[in-house]
Amino acid sequence: MNEFSDAVVTAGRLIATWDRDLAEIIGLSMRVSLSAVFFAAIVGLPLGAAVAVFRFPGRGIVTAVLNAFMGLPPVVVGLAVYLLLSRAGPLGSLGILFTPAAMVVAQCVLVTPLIAALSRQTVEDLHAEYAEQFRSLGVSPLRAIPTLLWDGRYSLSTAVFAGFGRAVAEVGAVIIVGGNINHVTRVMTTTIALETSKGNLALALALGLVLLAVSLAANMAALSVQDWARKAYA
Amino acid sequence: MTVLPLHLNGVGYDAGGKRLIDEISHGFDRGPLTMVLGANGAGKSLLLRLCHGLLKPTRGAVRWGGNGAGLNDTQIRRAQAMVFQQPVLLRRSVLANVTYALAVRGLGRKARTAAALAALERVGMAGHAARPARVLSGGEKQRLALARAWALEPEILFLDEPAANLDPAATRAVEDAIAGIHRAGTKIVMTTHDLGQARRLADEVVFLHHGRVVEHAAASTFFDQPTSPEADAFLKGELLW
Repeated sequence: MNEFSDAVVTAGRLIATWDRDLAEIIGLSMRVSLSAVFFAAIVGLPLGAAVAVFRFPGRGIVTAVLNAFMGLPPVVVGLAVYLLLSRAGPLGSLGILFTPAAMVVAQCVLVTPLIAALSRQTVEDLHAEYAEQFRSLGVSPLRAIPTLLWDGRYSLSTAVFAGFGRAVAEVGAVIIVGGNINHVTRVMTTTIALETSKGNLALALALGLVLLAVSLAANMAALSVQDWARKAYA
Repeated sequence: MTVLPLHLNGVGYDAGGKRLIDEISHGFDRGPLTMVLGANGAGKSLLLRLCHGLLKPTRGAVRWGGNGAGLNDTQIRRAQAMVFQQPVLLRRSVLANVTYALAVRGLGRKARTAAALAALERVGMAGHAARPARVLSGGEKQRLALARAWALEPEILFLDEPAANLDPAATRAVEDAIAGIHRAGTKIVMTTHDLGQARRLADEVVFLHHGRVVEHAAASTFFDQPTSPEADAFLKGELLW
């Protein structure tokens, strides 16, 4: 318990004094994870909506795969992205291994199926409500996708915030493709892992608390968006 | 181009091993406001959905435009609209609900805003144009759904219990909108539970019982001198099964 109270004090001091290294680490964490979620949403939302709207052979399998991929092990994703981006790999010429860009790629791969699977469920429910009206109006499935994404925007924000939560809390993939290089690819989770292994538990726990606060803030933002939407749009 | 008359040739519909629409051969032509009446489960909503093309008949065929009309599916679909008992409204503004339907039909931005505002005006909803559609009252929602359908300028409009569960004032507003659409030249085929509403609006009545057309008559004839025992019992308020 001593470590824990030390950690709270350390965390408080780190934040109160706005330690430059800490700020840099938090800043990079946010940049990487927000970029990853941005690209994952661009791919994942329409993908989930397409699976919800189109009827095609193997749709059940695609749904099962998306659901299973929600729980992709980060280290496996990290390893796969590492192999792709390593100098000998197919995308080695990009030269982005051990840069924040590689970390964005890894987190994006990790989060896209999560966003797609959650948005499939949301869009499918909404589509069940709209389907008859759509057919009456002559709305094609292709046209239905942006309509449903827009009409489900508040519920879908949950999927995006969940994706952000998974991205920002993830350590296995970014440590492999980023390398946890000080001032270059060091983010909150990799710092926590490093400080823990150095026995610097108070600092590690302090960063953990900051990480929790960030996740909490993201979730509260999601809730308040929905709450507001429910009141305004029913 | 015209898609009317609409002809059902021996149309039947089964679901779950039950014969829900038995065999209906019936024509709907432009002009009279057609009221489809019958007890719960008689097949009123199913009949409208079969006509509108939301359901495929198990037997028989739905034909548009008479012999040799040579209409394609798009022409047929675009000549129709339907308003449901529970209006399905998009989670956007009242105006955007109408312009969306017009955008699907390929209207340009300016034209659809103008047409949408005009349609809202006709049902007395222009003042609500900027409000979110989902927070409207039941009657306002239904008038919006009617405005959306009207904006599409259909030749034929199907209305499935458009005023169910509304208070008298809201019912009145919905009925006024329906009458307005009919006066403007759209063929209307509607169902209702409300015999008073049927008397107020109907020009002719199609009476269904167990998925069959039991009686088809001018409204005055139907209400005063029904010829079938089923319709007679229905009008007296007896339970039919």
